[in-house]
Amino acid sequence: MSQPVTFRRRAVGEMSTSKPAAVGRAARRFMGKRQWAVDDFTPMEETRDRARMIRLHTLANLHTYLDQFAESVERNGGRVLWAADAAEANRLIAEVVGRKQGSLVIKSKSMVTEELELNAHLQGEGHTVVETDLGEFIVQLAEDHPSHIIAPVMHLTRYDIGDLFHRRLEIPYTDDPEQLNAVARRHLRRFFLSADVGISGVNTGVAETGSIITVTNEGNGWLTTAAPRTHIAVMGMERLVPTFADAATIVEVLARSATGQRLSVYTNVVSGPRRPGDPDGPDDFVVVIVDNGRSRVMASDSSEILACIRCGACLNVCPVFREVGGHTYDHVYQGPVGAVLAPGLADFADHVDLPFASSLCGACREVCPVRIDIPKLLVNQRVHATRENDPFRWMGPGLAFYAQAAKRPAVWKTVLSAARMAGRLKGEGKWFHRLPFHAKGWTQSRDFPAPAKQSFRQWWKENRGGT
Amino acid sequence: MSETVQLFVTCIIDAVFPQVGRDVVEELERNGAEVEFPADQTCCGQPAYNAGHHRESTEVLVHNLEVLDRTTGTIVIPSGSCADFLIHHGPRLASADPEKAAMAERVAARIREFTSYATEKRGQAATRETEADDRPPTRRAFYHPSCHALRGLGLRREGESLLDSVSGVERVEIEGAEECCGFGGLFALEMPEVSTEIMNTKLDRLEEAGVEMLVGADAACLIHLEGGLRRRENPMQVVHIASAIAGDRQAPS
Repeated sequence: MSQPVTFRRRAVGEMSTSKPAAVGRAARRFMGKRQWAVDDFTPMEETRDRARMIRLHTLANLHTYLDQFAESVERNGGRVLWAADAAEANRLIAEVVGRKQGSLVIKSKSMVTEELELNAHLQGEGHTVVETDLGEFIVQLAEDHPSHIIAPVMHLTRYDIGDLFHRRLEIPYTDDPEQLNAVARRHLRRFFLSADVGISGVNTGVAETGSIITVTNEGNGWLTTAAPRTHIAVMGMERLVPTFADAATIVEVLARSATGQRLSVYTNVVSGPRRPGDPDGPDDFVVVIVDNGRSRVMASDSSEILACIRCGACLNVCPVFREVGGHTYDHVYQGPVGAVLAPGLADFADHVDLPFASSLCGACREVCPVRIDIPKLLVNQRVHATRENDPFRWMGPGLAFYAQAAKRPAVWKTVLSAARMAGRLKGEGKWFHRLPFHAKGWTQSRDFPAPAKQSFRQWWKENRGGT
Repeated sequence: MSETVQLFVTCIIDAVFPQVGRDVVEELERNGAEVEFPADQTCCGQPAYNAGHHRESTEVLVHNLEVLDRTTGTIVIPSGSCADFLIHHGPRLASADPEKAAMAERVAARIREFTSYATEKRGQAATRETEADDRPPTRRAFYHPSCHALRGLGLRREGESLLDSVSGVERVEIEGAEECCGFGGLFALEMPEVSTEIMNTKLDRLEEAGVEMLVGADAACLIHLEGGLRRRENPMQVVHIASAIAGDRQAPS
């Protein structure tokens, strides 16, 4: 049995870099914008309630809506492929891309394709893959990983990016965001015009109409889905809503929660391949619906996490995420949502300590646009972890002793007496600078108070006469 | 006429800060309550719950529910976190057994967090004396709205208004006032470096705002923060809200 207390180790490493400072600043800026957008929209609370109901209703009837969605896509002239896991999804996508080797594939931002490690797979098949979302483009250029589900380069500063562009794109150094943007736009334009295949994610699929909706702020999503002859939309199987009106509700709370906008700059709706008379659009429109662990999550006591609409607000508000940054989670999905989802989607043992990376402060629950009780789900995952492969096994005996004592008042009083002895030796009002064993985790940065010479219950007994 | 109040004092106050417990009793009695202390109470069970050890947590919880269920009247708890646990998580934890679940619901319905209860009672006391105090405020104080009181029970103003009633104190705001202090129960031992960084963010902001007195309603958060302040050799006074208002009563007029 492995003992992967790796989050802690990675956190220590990441916290010694410049990344957390950049993340903390950006995350707080996002939260400021979110607050503006929430205050700006009077019916925000009711809309959140509605969004939650829509998502929970969809999950409760997921297979019905998946069938309806597939029928709608096919009625519109598109194709639907089903993938049970990452390997199957990659194989199916590669088949669509790869009649001839060396295709040029452009992508707009998609977390599910990160989950599949699709780029590496397609490159391995001899294709060229170009990320067109600015953040993802930077990640690809830096041979890095996204550190945030909506802001992939939250861990970088504009100086880092200026330096990267200077080295990799061989341009004179600049850290001016406008200029960096212009450089990326020029660089990417030729790919948009010559790509064979466009791959996008799906923010929301609409069962009723067979549409897929993507929201972006750069217009790259629209170019990716409209310019190439083939468009492959990769969708996690839970990302549906029943009707177009439902999708509007989701988009409404999504943009406000994610980036603090009333609406993303582009809301892109694709409802099938190009029809006769359409000015643009693909000839082949393929939706790949990916399970990859979602059915397992659905069957667990953490299924509510599948209601997530990927806004990233829970990351931005999380005190842990702000200090450690996204890479510490070592997963596509970071922060509170990732800490619930990652152990569920992948091999539980690989991410078993993620659910413990939370002080359970509840800030995530407060900002979640669909009101997922994330702290409750984190605790549920902790229960599974302690039963299956406890990352903090050393705590077991201590907690067992605690329970034995705390359910027997006589034993508890004895324990309190022992604590008072320690207090007497140390001196009341004094604080310990160093504690032994695992308690040294506390005293590496904090003193700990000596117990009082007289406990409250003793005082009560002596002054108030027993019970 | 006088109301019976059961005090669930919490394990930390019992063992480490008994004076806070006495200050709580004093405040409750001053507002006309008949205070009782069920002697067989221990700890609410939250530490094991948050750590994912629910069997252990349930055993501890059920013992304390039985102790409290034998009593009558309002149960006052001087901790947002323990109160939130017994109100919101206890019933869920005990839900496997219908009888215990019902008991958890009965007890939960009787629980009041201290600042919430004290504010209400003070508001009701029609003839509450308001001492004229011409002295200018001398201490800059911040009320730390601990997460489980704030987001679990929806309390913040209650503790702040109690602090506002303390003479010689100017209540100040800090940046990110509602952000977690990094304590998180056993999280502080499981991920001590992360817990420490969150704490340092909080302590930096307290120092930037020139806070001289840190007041809160959760002793565990306060231990964590004071423990860190001592390492910084910062002499900031750290006080539970019950002691802050009691100290004010004891202050020479």
